[in-house]
Amino acid sequence: MYAALWHVLPGPVWVRILILLVLLAAVLYVLVTWVFPWVDGMMQANEEGTVAV
Amino acid sequence: MVRHGTIATMTEPTANAASDGSRRDRRGRRSRRPRRRVSVVGVFGELLVTAGVVVLLFLGWQTWWNSAVLSSQQTSAAAQQSKDWLSFGHEKVTPDPTATPGSTEVPAPPVEKEPKQAEPLAVIYIPRFGSDWKRIVRESVDVESVLNSFDAGVGHYTGTAMPGQVGNFAVAAHDTGYGNAFIDVSKLRIGDPIYIQTPQGFYTYRFRNYEYVQPSAVTVLLPVPREKDVKPTQRLITMTTCNPPYHAQERIAAYGVFDSFQKTPPTAIAKQVGK
Repeated sequence: MYAALWHVLPGPVWVRILILLVLLAAVLYVLVTWVFPWVDGMMQANEEGTVAV
Repeated sequence: MVRHGTIATMTEPTANAASDGSRRDRRGRRSRRPRRRVSVVGVFGELLVTAGVVVLLFLGWQTWWNSAVLSSQQTSAAAQQSKDWLSFGHEKVTPDPTATPGSTEVPAPPVEKEPKQAEPLAVIYIPRFGSDWKRIVRESVDVESVLNSFDAGVGHYTGTAMPGQVGNFAVAAHDTGYGNAFIDVSKLRIGDPIYIQTPQGFYTYRFRNYEYVQPSAVTVLLPVPREKDVKPTQRLITMTTCNPPYHAQERIAAYGVFDSFQKTPPTAIAKQVGK
């Protein structure tokens, strides 16, 4: 999967690395902005407070 | 050239095609392509590794990143709330009718009514937690709207005493995660001030002792902690949080005793009130 991605990318090695870093940053941004808060919200629904946390 | 060759081999016998192919292998990139195979197991493995990394990222985000963000948001929310109460608190200042001149008896502090769910009732300052540490205390210990909220962090157990009231003013907060409100609770020392600001003014409590309990030990919230059916005579504060840090097997209850009430900010926190 990642090998295929590497071969699909154009240009010399440093350009590919640059593109990969940009892709990685984009993935992280999406995770932190939307995915993680959403998962966090899902987990809160299962929590129960006694003498609270 | 390569394309012609490729088409040609297709019509040739297998043995020829093989030798032809290996010859072309040495020549250039294009002929290497057919050798690459996408393995189902390989892709599945890569997906699993990716999922593992994402889970680790989530845990790191939850513990450090999100908590740091929430901590700063909760602090500025508390500063804003404090400022608002200071400005209209002065209008409400009325001389205490129970205070007699020359009396040595300390007059009872004012007590507010318990607000609705998730509404703010106090701003709490504990200098031991840091010179700029402050949080809004909201009604109830609801996880989503209070404890994990960007504009609270500390929750008041509904039904327990209000600040200044005889009985037990009981609050809860996370120790780690969601703003780390009570992460330093175990650093409190006997006599450490705990300042509670309400629209009325400032209540000073002083830290008395700890108790480490099971999560089911709700008796720490009683008007006289741990004592059932006893009429309270003292004004207490109880702060509960998880113990040990980063885990939740136990709860720690930190008790404090009411010391004094004043309309204006106490000197120790005067610099950071409303800022």
